[in-house]
Amino acid sequence: MKRFSTLLTVLVAVLGLASPSLAADTIKLGVAGPHSGDLAPYGIPAMKAAQLVVKKVNAAGGVLGKQVELLIQDDQCKPEIATNTATKLVTQGVNVVLGHICSGATKAAMGIYKDAKIPVMSPSATNPGLTQSGDYPNFFRTIASDDMQAKIAVDFAIEKLGAKKIAVIHDKGDYGKGFAEFAKKFADESDKVEVVLFEGVTPGAMDYSSIIQKVRREKADVLIFGGYHPEASKLVSQMKRKRMKTAFLSDDGVKDPTFIKVAGAAAEGAYMTGPRDLSSIPLNAAATAEFKAAYGEDPGAFFQEGYSAALALLNAIEKAGSTDYAAVTKALQSQYVDTPVGQIKFDNKGDAEGVGFSVYQVKDGKFIEQK
Amino acid sequence: MEYFIELFLSGLTRGSIYALIALGYTMVYGIIQLINFAHGEIYMIGAFVAYIVCGVMTIYGFHGVSVLIIAGMLAIIYSCAYGYTLEKVAYRPLRGAPRLSPLISAIGMSIFLQNYVLLAQTSDFLPFPALIPDFEFMEPVAHIIGSAELVILITTLVTMILLTLLIKYTKIGKAMRATQQDMSMARLVGINVDQVISVTFIIGSALAAIGGVLVASYIGQVNFYIGFLAGVKAFTAAVLGGIGSVPGAVIGGLVLGLTESFAAGYISSDYEDVFAFGLLVLILILRPSGIMGRTTKQKV
Repeated sequence: MKRFSTLLTVLVAVLGLASPSLAADTIKLGVAGPHSGDLAPYGIPAMKAAQLVVKKVNAAGGVLGKQVELLIQDDQCKPEIATNTATKLVTQGVNVVLGHICSGATKAAMGIYKDAKIPVMSPSATNPGLTQSGDYPNFFRTIASDDMQAKIAVDFAIEKLGAKKIAVIHDKGDYGKGFAEFAKKFADESDKVEVVLFEGVTPGAMDYSSIIQKVRREKADVLIFGGYHPEASKLVSQMKRKRMKTAFLSDDGVKDPTFIKVAGAAAEGAYMTGPRDLSSIPLNAAATAEFKAAYGEDPGAFFQEGYSAALALLNAIEKAGSTDYAAVTKALQSQYVDTPVGQIKFDNKGDAEGVGFSVYQVKDGKFIEQK
Repeated sequence: MEYFIELFLSGLTRGSIYALIALGYTMVYGIIQLINFAHGEIYMIGAFVAYIVCGVMTIYGFHGVSVLIIAGMLAIIYSCAYGYTLEKVAYRPLRGAPRLSPLISAIGMSIFLQNYVLLAQTSDFLPFPALIPDFEFMEPVAHIIGSAELVILITTLVTMILLTLLIKYTKIGKAMRATQQDMSMARLVGINVDQVISVTFIIGSALAAIGGVLVASYIGQVNFYIGFLAGVKAFTAAVLGGIGSVPGAVIGGLVLGLTESFAAGYISSDYEDVFAFGLLVLILILRPSGIMGRTTKQKV
């Protein structure tokens, strides 16, 4: 009896193994991300984007004459589950992977993909180390990394504003301080500019005149502020009151209509980084319309990025002429592809060039993108 | 040297606002030994009322100083009404209760008022018009001291002189001092203690409203939450100066403001609060009842 049950188990297992090998001649696109649990809203739009893209590509004859097959796996954004997910996808024989969604889960899974030589593209993992550490040559992403805003801000201060001395102030919060620390790092790395002040202020404090005086004493050309609009409004109005000419440059926490409303005239001329305006990209409108037609609602977070990643991956296989790892990677780095986030290719670290943030300036009560 | 003067003046401005609010804490504490945690909210309500009045008056085409005065007046009246009602509703029924009960009631009122304004008005930051105009004659020194700072300093100075005169020379002032010294004795000699307490709340609220309008106009924004941090700082100032003592609240406010300003200016604004509260700890170690505190019998 015992032997019989063992046999049954083996039979069941064999049947389970059989299905992938039967459908051998397809291009396998893995999709991994949170599709259940509280973070599912971050993963499902990218998954749906992949489904839309695959459907469209297959209807048009597939890639390299083969149909594209989707292998969808849920990682719940948990690193420990993500390694299982990755192993599963690898054993199923994926050619490329769209995912993962959360930076932590992505990092955990990357080692497995790296050993298996599978290109991975995330629509949402913004942790700078994923690309900059150089540990994961098979990693790509269609979203800007966390430090991109700070990089753009510092470059703008140096090149466009001609800054020699920069004061960096933050609100001590995760977001603001993170931005400020990256800004300081990039400014320190550049020899054209000196960071003369790096300090935090208490959000909600009655006034910031002491720190403003300090900025003036240090003769900073540009004040970079990491934080949100309430403190930014106070800073710009107090700078105006002190008759200071120092340029104000901040992050997308300040690119909020309330900033202009509250700071009024003092907001005029202030600079801030913000996500690039995608509304003028035709593919973006098309992808959104496609989603609406299929699901009857607005796409959620990371839909555009997910759509772009699916397009970029399949395009790279097409251009490479095979699913060979080296050829696909090379295609990703050398061939431009039109996507909802713009025309992109990837740099040798895996970040998409031309994706992400722009600098805006307040002019006549509006945010104007600086080209 | 100019930098020192700048920091000194900005500390003085900040400190005088703390002092205005701290007076409300200290006067109430002096009489009924209650820490009125809802006092910061009265300050916030003052700023909000002024914001609304300004909006209405601007629609009708009024400008500048006339708006400031009328908005300020209405803010004071409203805040006084809130302060009076607060005492009547939340504290008077607990007059004979253990010390902890009115304290909890005060915390409850603070949360209630915050949320009331949040729901009845908005959670957004609102732009408060710069009611204090930039004076022509201040232009050469505008980078050191602005017109708004000057107005704040003068207003608080005048208010404090008036308050001192009130406490020292009027009948109600005498009654307040008598109630502070011994409540049951004051009652025996025919002072209407309940009335005195109401008046104390009204005066404290008026001071808070003045502070609220000045600050809102100075920093240009109001929000339902501004009362919390201002309240905490002012309470610290009151304790620093010796809670229950009127000159103590003023000195405590100024010391706190200057400490914060110099700490931010010469050391780092990261440590602004560290120095402010470090100073509090230090003074309480050396003088447990605060700078001007009386070392009378323990009432708590």
